[in-house]
Amino acid sequence: MRSWLRQPGLISALPVAAFLLVGFAGPLLMVIGFSFMPPRTFSLAQAPTLANFTSVVTDSYYVSFFWSVSLAAITVLLLLLVSYPIAYGMAKLFGKWANLVTVLVVIPLLVSENIRLFGWVLFLLKNGILDGSLKALFGLGAPQILYSVPAIVLGLVYVYLPFMLFPLVIGLSLVPDVLKEAAADMGASRLQIFREVELPLAMPGVLIGSMLTFILALGSLAESKILGGQAIVMIADDIESAFTFAQNWPKGSVLSVLLIAFSGALVFFLFRRVDLDRIIGRR
Amino acid sequence: MTDSQPILQLKNIVKRFGEFTAVDGIDLDISEGEFFTIVGPSGSGKTTIIRLLVGLDRPSAGEILLNGACINDLPANRRPTCMVFQSLALFPHKTVGGNIEFPLKIAGAPAQRRRERAVELMELLRLPVDYYDKHVLQCSGGEQQRIALARALAFDPAILFFDEPLSALDYRLRKTLEKELKDIHRETGKTFVYITHSLEEAMVMSDRIGIMRDGRMVQVGTPHAIYNRPRDKFVAQFMGEVNTLQVSKIDERHVRARSSGDQFEVAAALDGFEQGFLIIRPEVVKIGSSAETLANRVSGTLFNDYSLGSRLQYQVRSSNDGYHWLVEKLQDEAYEGALDEEVVIGWRPEDSILVAE
Ligand SMILES: Nc1ncnc2c1ncn2[C@@H]1O[C@H](COP(=O)(O)OP(=O)(O)OP(=O)(O)O)[C@@H](O)[C@H]1O
Ligand SMILES: [Mg+2]
Repeated sequence: MRSWLRQPGLISALPVAAFLLVGFAGPLLMVIGFSFMPPRTFSLAQAPTLANFTSVVTDSYYVSFFWSVSLAAITVLLLLLVSYPIAYGMAKLFGKWANLVTVLVVIPLLVSENIRLFGWVLFLLKNGILDGSLKALFGLGAPQILYSVPAIVLGLVYVYLPFMLFPLVIGLSLVPDVLKEAAADMGASRLQIFREVELPLAMPGVLIGSMLTFILALGSLAESKILGGQAIVMIADDIESAFTFAQNWPKGSVLSVLLIAFSGALVFFLFRRVDLDRIIGRR
Repeated sequence: MTDSQPILQLKNIVKRFGEFTAVDGIDLDISEGEFFTIVGPSGSGKTTIIRLLVGLDRPSAGEILLNGACINDLPANRRPTCMVFQSLALFPHKTVGGNIEFPLKIAGAPAQRRRERAVELMELLRLPVDYYDKHVLQCSGGEQQRIALARALAFDPAILFFDEPLSALDYRLRKTLEKELKDIHRETGKTFVYITHSLEEAMVMSDRIGIMRDGRMVQVGTPHAIYNRPRDKFVAQFMGEVNTLQVSKIDERHVRARSSGDQFEVAAALDGFEQGFLIIRPEVVKIGSSAETLANRVSGTLFNDYSLGSRLQYQVRSSNDGYHWLVEKLQDEAYEGALDEEVVIGWRPEDSILVAE
């Protein structure tokens, strides 16, 4: 027997490794392979071509890329604005009530995302819960945002809130109060304390939350379909129709590969430029 | 120490946390340029009082006056005071230079000016100037202590507060930094308010010392006065190991020890003294032949001797009541008796201190 076969750790890891190989790496490699196959083919055994890559430009797929990237960026900015105060409260102010907030934020995650988004449709619909109630109470309806970009952004912010909130809570609870007191003692105003002490020290949480929600929003599909109607097409939507409706696997593959490459490059460069350990002074 | 008008006045300061009273009515005047040290055991309210003075907490009652004006409602960032924290509170995400310059940056000083001042302060505190770009957590404990001090000096406060900044350092480094702190005090001429639980540390540095116990200031005075005239048993014992006998008054010049019934002569009884404690420091007690002619004598057996480096300590068990007397001598005054042998110890009436209960 070879020596590595006698190591219990390696042997125990084999099933999982095999599963990952077949279930994760395999499909990924196939997607990469298909992106080089001629359009509308269903076999990997053909001469590789770059036709799919050029068609991304000629068929204007960059428009849906643009929408996905911009909406993801807007979502991250809004999430930072919304989550920061809540996270601050949970980390520093609420005390034992912070657990209650955690539960309230987590419970909706137990319900399928699509169902929650349909809930928003009912809420925002013309003569729906919001519009209807306002009409009945004040005789004035709500602005109609359903099936438009603002509704998509609303959905994205709503769905991905926990993924921004919890990293921020951890980031903020890593900021020692005594450092903020020291800053105040040396004349810093609240704004200066925020800028000079709190934000830099909470940066690991801010970055991780932003990264997480940006990538999730970048690949999102349900929000634009359910709340956006036909308003815009996001890249994940294009990928889905390429694989299903259009039956053009190479086209779907090339879009997936580009999306993965973009997200991967973003994460790679961000975490190479910012050293999290350095930010919080561990090194 | 100057005797100009007090820069800082505390008028009946009280701080409660819920039911608990951490600071219980403190009155104190601190003069401009003074090195004032607050000494007290753990939990006596030292940190609490300093937090009130720099404005991080608000007193529950009482008034704080700075140069005669009440500053109770002035928030910490608008008070001309600065504190070096027990934990130093250096900013881990900034370099040494970034930390020292922090107060100047807050005040909006231009980068060039900030850097000059930081380098100046680093030289004053004997920090290598090439540490400017070093990360602050890569510095040693003693260096970090100096950085914290430099940062506080950069703020240029009217009063500088220190909350046991040296307590985490080893003995020798602490001694060095105590002396340096004293030098910095002299060079800058600023008012320093220092907290420690070590009276020895307080003695080295202070113009005056305030002794705290359970949220009250039990005695305030010069190191000399506190050492020689402790107000009560607590203060006396705080100064280190002492011989303490519970006594009651016989007449103006004599007291009787409770446990042994022995009668001792004192220099003079306190006004209205009925009973209390007789404090005799180990170093004033004579042992052997030099004790035999003294007014106050106790006989016992020698049951232990230790070397304390430059000094020797003997323990003598009194034959009357079994009290363990401490006697300290310099090496060249060593007592040559054998253990378990009879020995006489004694002291002059003027070397003992009588304190009320
Ligand atoms: N925020 C607070 N809430 C409740 N009690 C407090 C608070 N801060 C301090 N105390 C209590 O007040 C008392 C005095 O605390 P303080 O920190 O002033 O002591 P200290 O003299 O600085 O002690 P040490 O030498 O250990 O630092 C302690 O019994 C402490 O438990
Ligand atoms: Mg303390």
